[in-house]
Amino acid sequence: MSPRVRLVVALVAAVAGVYVFGYWVAQQNAPSDVRLFTQALYVGIAATGLNILTGYNGQVSIGHGAFFGLGAYTSAILVSEHGWNFVPTIPVAMALCFVVGALIGFPALRVKGLYLALVTLGLAVLFPDLTDRFVNGTGGTNLVTLRGAEVAVPDWYVWFPDPIADFFDEWVGAQDQWAYYLTLVLALVLLLGVFLIARSRFGRSLIAVRDHEAAAETVGIDLARVKVTAFALSALYAGTAGSLSVLVNRLANAGKVETFQLSIEFLVAVVVGGAATVFGPMLGAFIVVFLRDRIDNQDSLSDLFSDPNRAKLLSPALFGIALIILMYVLPDGIVGGSRRLVRRLGRRSRRAPAPASPLTS
Amino acid sequence: MALFLSQLMNGIGQGVIYASLALALVLIYKTTGILNFAQGEMALFSTYVTWWLTERGLPVWLSILISVALSFGGGAAIERFVMRPVERSSPLVIVIVTIGLFLSLNSLAQVIFGVEAEVVPRAYPDENWDIGGVIVQADTLVLVGVLAVECILLWALLQKTKIGLALRAVASNPESSRLVGVSVGTMLMLGWGLAAAIGAVAGSLVVPTTTALTAASMQSILVFAFAAAALGGFDSPLGAVVGGLIVGVANSLTTEYVDALDGIELIVPFGLILLVLLFRPAGLFGKVHVERV
Repeated sequence: MSPRVRLVVALVAAVAGVYVFGYWVAQQNAPSDVRLFTQALYVGIAATGLNILTGYNGQVSIGHGAFFGLGAYTSAILVSEHGWNFVPTIPVAMALCFVVGALIGFPALRVKGLYLALVTLGLAVLFPDLTDRFVNGTGGTNLVTLRGAEVAVPDWYVWFPDPIADFFDEWVGAQDQWAYYLTLVLALVLLLGVFLIARSRFGRSLIAVRDHEAAAETVGIDLARVKVTAFALSALYAGTAGSLSVLVNRLANAGKVETFQLSIEFLVAVVVGGAATVFGPMLGAFIVVFLRDRIDNQDSLSDLFSDPNRAKLLSPALFGIALIILMYVLPDGIVGGSRRLVRRLGRRSRRAPAPASPLTS
Repeated sequence: MALFLSQLMNGIGQGVIYASLALALVLIYKTTGILNFAQGEMALFSTYVTWWLTERGLPVWLSILISVALSFGGGAAIERFVMRPVERSSPLVIVIVTIGLFLSLNSLAQVIFGVEAEVVPRAYPDENWDIGGVIVQADTLVLVGVLAVECILLWALLQKTKIGLALRAVASNPESSRLVGVSVGTMLMLGWGLAAAIGAVAGSLVVPTTTALTAASMQSILVFAFAAAALGGFDSPLGAVVGGLIVGVANSLTTEYVDALDGIELIVPFGLILLVLLFRPAGLFGKVHVERV
């Protein structure tokens, strides 16, 4: 693409993005749909973080559901048991997940590829047991639920003069809107983070370590520092997502199946969207969350079976089959695949006028 | 002491379960280089087939044999039609495909066979023997025996037959084996078929010793099997067996003796894995690859 075309495309995309995400989602949709968008955004945050580890650094983790859970529990417990406001719990969850991620990342120095995937799987399996043991939630379970008032829209905006207060009231007055905008802002900041990382010296060393560890080490890259930082950063992102999930669902819990599924979902979002691309994982998260929602609420399936519950059971199969087909068609994810398409189109359009030139000259 | 030995037997009984599924994982990893996340669900499906056949009035042993044969075909078919298109893709893509398979098989099993918890009958009398205070269960003996037979058959197949030689050749270098006339595709199908068959045996024998067959039956077993395979080294069948036994015994002894880890016994197998991998990154019996730059 020529620079001018690229600029126009970027501008159009930016305007459309601001309109859709800044206005349309939160103002023109029912609260349940806004919540779905918010869920997609926080899954996207976790996937964006996992992309630092898996996409750029090549370390596969199937245990980031545990960090998501850690973030969720941090916020939920601080709010419900220690009476904190919700917003300040987010940085605490981030910091805690970063530190725990760094500690767990240390063994990752030795363990490679497949084995790392398994160690992280252990994390996803262990975490629910740990919460069963140490979290004293509702009725002795590991569930921590929050009351509506505890995740309500903060009322600081009433201190502003009237026009501004009214503006806030209209835009973020409802709880679902508040959760959405907060998640959106954090998602943008964290996306910017990956954008900057990918173009930094650190980002290039991540890729170098992924592509050839021994060679990277010989040119003076500190393997330990790079790997542990990647792990800790991805944990921070997952923890942020977990913390935000409490704001949407008013609930922190960690079932074995759910934690594993969540971990898988992050990885799926990374690969479906496009590993080692800045926006791919976020896009992948939207596809995964909305695809699953559509399949789950598909009515036409019920007609196939006399028993509607049986039809519901089929939805993971449809999701699984969709995943497999997607991998056949777009092994490098949606962003990677469309880049390939654009390159091919670009080549063709440049080649097209060529046969004409001998005739005209 | 008797309690200790009873717990030890108990742990061995659990361990051989993990070992047999780990064996299936290792078999696929060795022949195709794929970590098969759907292994547990394949075994689940096979177990449902066994259960369905016994419900139709077939004797249990026969049902298991039929299920094993069907699973062999099913495993080969999965390799041919699901895995083949992504054979040369990045490991990440392959992981996602096996995860898709995992989800599909799990939900199809529920759709086809129903969600009710089903009781799968044992193929042998359920007895316990008290030998000087040490409880020995028929379950443990049968599982140990079957695993031993499986190992011997597998060893004989891999080391003593021409097919085994071809399988090993494909595992070590697919390109060169193709050049000397080995049909790589057939061997890959064979590897998956064998793994599915081993999984069918494991599932059909294990589930009767648990309370019931549900869609979640194999998931925790798969996690332990992964732990066993990682502990032993992913490219070593012997490692899978030893790893399975270590994980089973460690888990059983922790449950009995370490109250501080009540409810979080899983720390032990994963702690063990971490410890082993820190000192031997390729597992206890795995081959260490030297990388040239």
